[in-house]
Amino acid sequence: MRLITLLTFTLLSTSVLADEIWVTNEKDDTISVIDVESEKVIRTIEVGERPRGITFAHDYSVVFVCASDSDTVQVIDPETGKVLHELPSGEDPEQFILHPNNKFLYIANEDDAITTVVDVESRKVVAQIDVGIEPEGMAVSPDGKTVITTSETTNMAHWIDVETHKIIANSLVDQRPRHAEFTADGKELWVSAEIGGTISIFDTQTKQEKAKIGFEIQGIHKDKIQPVGFEKTKNGKYVFVALGPSNHIAVVDPANYKVLDYILVGRRVWHMAFNEDHSKLFTTNGVSGDVTIIDVNSLKATKSVKVGRFPWGAAFRPTKG
Amino acid sequence: MFVRLIYLLILLVGVLTNASAEENVKIGYLEQIVQRPPVLSNLELIPEDDGRAGVELGIEDNATTGKFLGHNYKLEKQIVAEEEILSTAKTMLLASPYLLIHARKDTILKIADLPEAKDALLFNVSAPDAELRNDACRANLLHTIPSRSMLTDAIAQFSFKKRWNKWAIIHGAHDVDKLYLKALENSVKKFGLEIVATKEWAFDADMRRNASREVPLFTQDMPEHDMMLLADELGDFGRYVLYNTWIPRPAAGTEGIVPSAWSASVEQHGAAQLQSRFSKSHKRAMRSIDYASWAAVRTIGEAVTRTSSSDFQTIKDYILSDAFALGGFKGRPLTFRKWNGQMRQPIPLSHSRAVVAMAPIEGFFHQRNELDTLGLDKQESSCSAFRQ
Repeated sequence: MRLITLLTFTLLSTSVLADEIWVTNEKDDTISVIDVESEKVIRTIEVGERPRGITFAHDYSVVFVCASDSDTVQVIDPETGKVLHELPSGEDPEQFILHPNNKFLYIANEDDAITTVVDVESRKVVAQIDVGIEPEGMAVSPDGKTVITTSETTNMAHWIDVETHKIIANSLVDQRPRHAEFTADGKELWVSAEIGGTISIFDTQTKQEKAKIGFEIQGIHKDKIQPVGFEKTKNGKYVFVALGPSNHIAVVDPANYKVLDYILVGRRVWHMAFNEDHSKLFTTNGVSGDVTIIDVNSLKATKSVKVGRFPWGAAFRPTKG
Repeated sequence: MFVRLIYLLILLVGVLTNASAEENVKIGYLEQIVQRPPVLSNLELIPEDDGRAGVELGIEDNATTGKFLGHNYKLEKQIVAEEEILSTAKTMLLASPYLLIHARKDTILKIADLPEAKDALLFNVSAPDAELRNDACRANLLHTIPSRSMLTDAIAQFSFKKRWNKWAIIHGAHDVDKLYLKALENSVKKFGLEIVATKEWAFDADMRRNASREVPLFTQDMPEHDMMLLADELGDFGRYVLYNTWIPRPAAGTEGIVPSAWSASVEQHGAAQLQSRFSKSHKRAMRSIDYASWAAVRTIGEAVTRTSSSDFQTIKDYILSDAFALGGFKGRPLTFRKWNGQMRQPIPLSHSRAVVAMAPIEGFFHQRNELDTLGLDKQESSCSAFRQ
């Protein structure tokens, strides 16, 4: 009997130590924390209204959450789950990106056609930049010199110079751009277009489009294949693309922009996060209210985990030091 | 698994190289003042700026995009009585080839047939009449407002999916009600449903006080049915029928579950943002004609953005090409039917508090585009003006 108790105890303490995936539940005003190893929800944290974008400080000391309908970015202690303070974010913050300097947070204000730059130390707004209608996707170049905002109704990626906080170029993409990412070497910018059904790839030197990826799934009309969030594996082998209401994740080879596979996940898949070694991928499925776990090596969905209503953003938190 | 990879679309090269070229685009909005027949309820309020408000938002949206490309948009609005509408249209068409018309069918056709409209692109933002998409179609006339048949097909798909196959219909005495009735009858045929009773509403009494006494009697002799369909476009009696019928059945049509281009309860697919932008500027909810007007202005804007041109022929060709697609906050790209100029669009079926379903309903397939299961399909339309 004592042995069993001891065993349970050990199991519990290891699970406390396991890494975590943090998922924002847009319609529940909560964050579900999933234990990467046990693949279970171990904590639910109450946050502000309509949480969407989520990102950790580079040292993981705090987590930033866009509480869209509270018009604020909340800074939360990941240990206690307590809101430490709030940052002035501008109206309706949706997504954001933390600059490599760990100091500036670039926030897309969806209702206001503005990108707000906030100094997370002084908690002051440093700049506000006029962008297109319904800004959403945010990315920062690895060298920290350029920030991208994509605007959904204007259908553009705006290239913002970090020094001057001015727009230096605008690139048209297909309808309703949602998400943007630079490649690790900084040579390419990828932008997904939800209604256009494509991902545009730009050469960051010339800012010209160099390739475009389309998707096709048998039995699903192309109008329903709507790329939104996407993430690359560390080893550069795959890019996983969430295809919204088609309920699939596309697997793309970033070397030749070819689609290798489609993986069935939950309904209306939005965003995703990897575990530490990128062997597991966690996708947020808005309509079905769950997270699908994909085994990256076999490219198979292995499990789905029930979270709150309308899971949207996802972020990884290491806990093993 | 089929993979598409397109390197540098020719069109996009055009955009990028011409991105700095200045373009000035003028868009006209012409509205006919109409007298509406009286209705029973004192609560019926059609906002004065119905349509106009949508145009204004569309221009703002175009301008925000345009400022990054050097494209400027200017709106000219005219609201005139029937006697002045043709002369006003002529003047407006001399100033710009892009004209939105918020008027009745006959007026729209008269404007489309003006010599000044020959090299123009007109947008019907208000008239749901079938003829405009059929025999009476015009090559210079596009329709961003859905036709009645798109609306009634949406209900028919929903009712088919629910297996609510037997309809009882109450229609009003106005011409538009009879056209709505006709559209319902066509949808019933198209989707294999059945009409078990059709009655015309013929009450002179004040239903605001008498509905609970009169409606049960009026509907008592209707045979067993699954759904009550109401054809009352002016909003006269329909509201008093709900919950007062002899047998309890869901109602749809112009009351109850209402198909429309847009309603205040649409919130998915980013629609909440469009609703909030609209209500912030105009202090009310967005309506169907507002949406159709917004979509027309955005159509022009999208074509100017992608072609970097304000030339009428370039814009028209682009809008009717396969490259054109407009994000319209209804979950699917909006495009135009090449055979009659109708904008393809999902149709929300909603009540005042929520969307019940979005048509095309899942399971209705089409070889070209599922949106073409709503309204006149290519082989059904006798429009020949676009076939050159």
